Amino acid sequence: MQDVFTIANKNYKSRLIVGTGKYKDFKQTADAVKASGADIVTVAVRRVNISDKSQPLLMDYLNPKSITYLPNTAGCYTSDEALRTLRLAREIGDWKLVKLEVLGDKKTLYPNMIETIKSAEVLVKENFKVMVYCTDDPILSKKLEDVGVSAIMPLAAPIGSGIGIQNKTNITLIKEQSAVPVIVDAGVGTASDATIAMELGCDGVLINTAIAEAKNPVLMAESMKHAVIAGRKAYKAERMRKRKYGNPSSPQEYLI
Amino acid sequence: MNNLNVAKIQLNGSPYEISSETNLNQLLNELKIKKDKVAIEVNGEIVEKNKYPTVVLNKDDKVEIVHFIGGG
Repeated sequence: MQDVFTIANKNYKSRLIVGTGKYKDFKQTADAVKASGADIVTVAVRRVNISDKSQPLLMDYLNPKSITYLPNTAGCYTSDEALRTLRLAREIGDWKLVKLEVLGDKKTLYPNMIETIKSAEVLVKENFKVMVYCTDDPILSKKLEDVGVSAIMPLAAPIGSGIGIQNKTNITLIKEQSAVPVIVDAGVGTASDATIAMELGCDGVLINTAIAEAKNPVLMAESMKHAVIAGRKAYKAERMRKRKYGNPSSPQEYLI
Repeated sequence: MNNLNVAKIQLNGSPYEISSETNLNQLLNELKIKKDKVAIEVNGEIVEKNKYPTVVLNKDDKVEIVHFIGGG
């Protein structure tokens, strides 16, 4: 049976979305993306460096015709900044699928959900397909869904913290109530964190720092690919029940 | 006023000198930037790509040219 991952009516093979920031260079970025098997990569919108045009371009290493670019609003702290960024992103190559992220605090990088919801409403009206980075709050997640977003992306933990899912209960509640995909975004540190997110029933995981800051990013990218597949299959297989005490695996009859 | 053939604009936050009557297509050519890789804002308004040849820059215009870079 095919296990299809659909966002905004488009099917993707991989449930792992990877970021393209923090790598040593574009070659390493491209190698890690390839090893991750991701179909979607997040990218940031920034000024072109006018004074040094010899700088290589991301698009020369990751072809947007063969991989889906998901423009983000990283670094935006107000709705106006986020809207401006995504409207520009759309103009670059008619991108409609975008990642909305409006931050509220420079230290924790926690989302400002008031500005986030405000932005999501405008973007949906402008026909963007919006994937939203948000707190792991079921009520606010529901609000985002009501507004018409294409995916809900609650944080596992603060961006770049690498400490894994801090509130499994909330992630489960959000997944249970949502009709749109739920993708854990931010806070994953290693493979098991990604697996746990998938075992909870999440539709996907978005990872950047855990791959880019590993000593061997390409190997970690490959590891995350398998972690997401493993977690998804475990979820689909429906795990055994937990017992308080031991239960022998070998038959107890005919013992020598 | 010394030279009527040049105009100073603000390009990505820095002063930049262009010949008068430069349109956005010409600016991109001069900068050796391909238009399918960028988006342009003039004085806070996004300019659609098909309008690049007709949008002529004036003195003190604020121009932003953006593209995609690595990000999470």
